[in-house]
Amino acid sequence: MDLFFVNIIDGLVFGLLLFMLSSGLTLIFSMMGVLNFAHASFYMLGAYFAYQISTVIGLGFIGGLIVAPIIVGVAGAAIERYGLRRVHQYGHVPELIFTFGLALLVQEVVKFFWGQNQIAYFEPEWLNFALFSIGQNTIEAYKVFMILISMLIFGGLLYILTKTRIGMIIQAALTYPKTVEALGHNVPMVFMGVFGVGTALAGVAGVIAGPALGTFPGMAFTLGSIVFVTIVVGGLGSLRGALAASLLIGWITTFAAAYNFEFRTILLAFGLEEPANIWDSGLRDLWTLTLPQIGPILPYILMVAILVFRPHGLMGKREV
Amino acid sequence: MRKSTKLGLSAALAMAISATAGFAENIKIAFIDPLSGPFATTGTNGLAEWNFAAEELVNKQGGVLGGQNFEIVEFDNKMSGKESLVQLQVAIDAGIRFIAQGNSSGIAGAITEAVNKHNRRNPGDRVLFINYSAVDPALTNDNCNFWHFRFDANADIKMDALTDVMAKDDGIKKVYLIGQDYSFGKAVAAAAVRDLGNKRPDVEIVGNELHPIGKVKDFTPYARKIVASGANAVITGNWGSDMVGLGKAIIEAGFDGPIYTYYAASNGITRTFGEAGKGTINLVAEGALNPPASDRMAAYVTAFEAKYPDHDITQSRIANAVEMLAKAIDAAGTADDVVKVAYALEGMEHESIWGGKLFMRPQDHQMIQNVHIQEHTNENIEFPLDNSEFGLRAVSTVEMAAMDSPTTCKMDKP
Repeated sequence: MDLFFVNIIDGLVFGLLLFMLSSGLTLIFSMMGVLNFAHASFYMLGAYFAYQISTVIGLGFIGGLIVAPIIVGVAGAAIERYGLRRVHQYGHVPELIFTFGLALLVQEVVKFFWGQNQIAYFEPEWLNFALFSIGQNTIEAYKVFMILISMLIFGGLLYILTKTRIGMIIQAALTYPKTVEALGHNVPMVFMGVFGVGTALAGVAGVIAGPALGTFPGMAFTLGSIVFVTIVVGGLGSLRGALAASLLIGWITTFAAAYNFEFRTILLAFGLEEPANIWDSGLRDLWTLTLPQIGPILPYILMVAILVFRPHGLMGKREV
Repeated sequence: MRKSTKLGLSAALAMAISATAGFAENIKIAFIDPLSGPFATTGTNGLAEWNFAAEELVNKQGGVLGGQNFEIVEFDNKMSGKESLVQLQVAIDAGIRFIAQGNSSGIAGAITEAVNKHNRRNPGDRVLFINYSAVDPALTNDNCNFWHFRFDANADIKMDALTDVMAKDDGIKKVYLIGQDYSFGKAVAAAAVRDLGNKRPDVEIVGNELHPIGKVKDFTPYARKIVASGANAVITGNWGSDMVGLGKAIIEAGFDGPIYTYYAASNGITRTFGEAGKGTINLVAEGALNPPASDRMAAYVTAFEAKYPDHDITQSRIANAVEMLAKAIDAAGTADDVVKVAYALEGMEHESIWGGKLFMRPQDHQMIQNVHIQEHTNENIEFPLDNSEFGLRAVSTVEMAAMDSPTTCKMDKP
């Protein structure tokens, strides 16, 4: 039972981290209709910038947490203004290719400046202690810090989008960009702002995930695909859906890795007989399969199921 | 008229130059390993070690066969088996007789098979395969051949040495095995189960699992399982970011026993573990940098660090391979007839620059050498890694590890 609660917390941490990435991506998608392949690259840039700012320049962890996302956001806005906007007139495919190329470019740039290896970007000393423990398992203060930061961001975003004037304009621009423009609002400016904020959010995720999951040139790649899965499952353009899907996927992957459920139990339950010499059996892979081994593909199975049975996602309003 | 004189003159000149070059032709060694792509760090580090060893241990000592130098020729295999075979053919066509490769047992398996086939079909230009790092036991057992020489201790030998040391530690009651889901991870787990069962039947293996390689984003749930299992030691063959992620998660989850690893050092890993890994991360390998075995070795490492500040000596066996190959060529009196060189190498005994004896076992071409259990620490470290203050220090040594271990190798000797 102890382990269950520990996994709930671990899954929550990972889920909220996914949420910080997917919230920006889902907003950008619903606004521009383009999947930003480079979104996870901004996450990686956030981690590397934070490392540079906090350790090399010496502003400390908080300095990195504040400055790095701003730099990433400004860079994101600039890329939207001078890159994506120009490509936009040629249609969606060039946009896709543009973001795809950008992802590759960012990866090479990161390798060029910081090298191939994992860099020494750590949790700050003042958060690097066991806050409490459940059974023998300690929960690091840093994990709780991650939870708090993500909650704060979700609350802030929800407030801005639903309760403020800016939020109303953004929501209106999502559905009726022409009308909003006719009312005198600068819609391209809104797009640029959303892109900047979205990438800055990815930057925040990178800053706080870098120490926990490791900062290396492959970090964007490992998380990139799962973020797309999250927004499809949650429903494109829905912030609440992104949160629900992120938490769901966080818990699924955590629990799948945590319990060594063996598939032979199912096979035995179906009345099948276990082969005497399992390594010579043609079905040995099926008999020896365990849940942790298939854990990483579960989110993709979930995505396929969602696309089949509920194409607009958990909370989305339009079809994919 | 004038033009043809010029042409003739330059042709004569070119012939003269190539003739003089022919006098002290270099003995070329083809280095086939990843020099681009995600594994390039390991590859370039190995290349630096090969170049340095050839220069320092052979060329500066007067070369072999009375003045011929070693030359390392680099071939990028991009960590692909197919590309490796192409590069191998290019190297053979260029007249290179010695092939060095180490990263990935899968690629080593492809090369050893190709070399065997080539040597059978082309007795005129046979080549030798110097495997300096690939540790799959099969290469010196079922898949062995006369042309393959392994200078690293294979995965079974390392596990044998590791379990020798673990067997003496009464504090270890429960062991957790975790590794990457592919041939090497499975080989490590199987060897651990077998050796622990023989040496310490009282030790309980509380977990034995494989995780998808390079796909796990967050190792925390695995770490929780390990802590919950009550294990007091962990054994893993993980490398790269899978090693860092797993190690960090285990330490952060509150585990305080030893983690025994094969590859938890250098290429950024040592620096990343830093203080957190102290007292926990252990590594089993041949050739220890700390404490230095001799003044000669210390001078060698110092000179290497001065020449390549961004690299470390991570594969000490490369120096062994270079020295022993030079010795074998001198003993054979030729660098062209590799059969003679192979016979000279077979059964050769050698004083290693890293201390201790080396013995190339004739029945399977597996190097027998001292294997050390080393700890990750910043105390008494003369040669740190990753430009950090941390490094590896030998805490216990198994001399001539697995000297009498059985082998299933049956090789045809020419």
